[in-house]
Amino acid sequence: MPSGPNLRGKTAVLLFLMVFFGAAGDTLLGKGMRVVGPPGAWNPAEVASFLGRAVVSAAVWTGFASLLLFFLSYMLVLTWADFSYVLPASAASYAVVPLLGHFFLGEGVSPLRWCGVALIALGVGLVGQTPPSTSPVAAPAAATAETAQGD
Amino acid sequence: MQIAFFVLLVVLAGTTGEMLVSRAMKQIGEVTSFRPAAIARVVLRALGSPWMWSGLAMMALAFFSLLVLLSRANVSFVVPVTALSYVMAALGGRFFLREQVSTGRWMGVCLVCLGVVLVWAG
Repeated sequence: MPSGPNLRGKTAVLLFLMVFFGAAGDTLLGKGMRVVGPPGAWNPAEVASFLGRAVVSAAVWTGFASLLLFFLSYMLVLTWADFSYVLPASAASYAVVPLLGHFFLGEGVSPLRWCGVALIALGVGLVGQTPPSTSPVAAPAAATAETAQGD
Repeated sequence: MQIAFFVLLVVLAGTTGEMLVSRAMKQIGEVTSFRPAAIARVVLRALGSPWMWSGLAMMALAFFSLLVLLSRANVSFVVPVTALSYVMAALGGRFFLREQVSTGRWMGVCLVCLGVVLVWAG
């Protein structure tokens, strides 16, 4: 778990970069793929043509590059922080992406869908709030040691 | 129907991929220097791990499914719905890894499910 001002600082910066590059990447991919359109059929030729169209789209490339930067920040932060500690940052992106989709791509989002988005962000945030390791391994061992000493 | 199939694929392959990558990165240990050379060394070491490769393969499958989804649906629908991966992670932890999942985490999982239903209906 991150502790100390230094570790806390670099964790905060990397979590911010994760949310920024992740949300921007998804939005750009969405913008690009809307132009590319779905595969015409599920045979190898159509799928290859679909990937070919995606590969030459500038928006898809920028989105992909942004997601690579997201992935890099994510990998770096995971070398010291737990998967569960990183979760609340991901919760933020679930709210940021629909906002970007609405304001930059002009997607219509119904009030019902906004409510759903809010519940999802809240739910993911709640998942991250709970202790990452629920298998009580270290704690009971320490408690037993204390009891033994007390005796 | 096709949308539901690809959402499932993004969620399943994505969650598995992240767990494999997470495992690979934990083996490397904490990154203490952010100089480009040091970061490049970390990336190279990560690429030497089989966990990383299997994780990346799963993530590539998830990414392909994400592209298909985005070609058919709005990003404001696709991204929130993929939060189902937290539901999958909790269920996987409980029933495959026999982990104890706390009440708070189940509550979060329920909220995500409810939210996905609303986003899907909206």
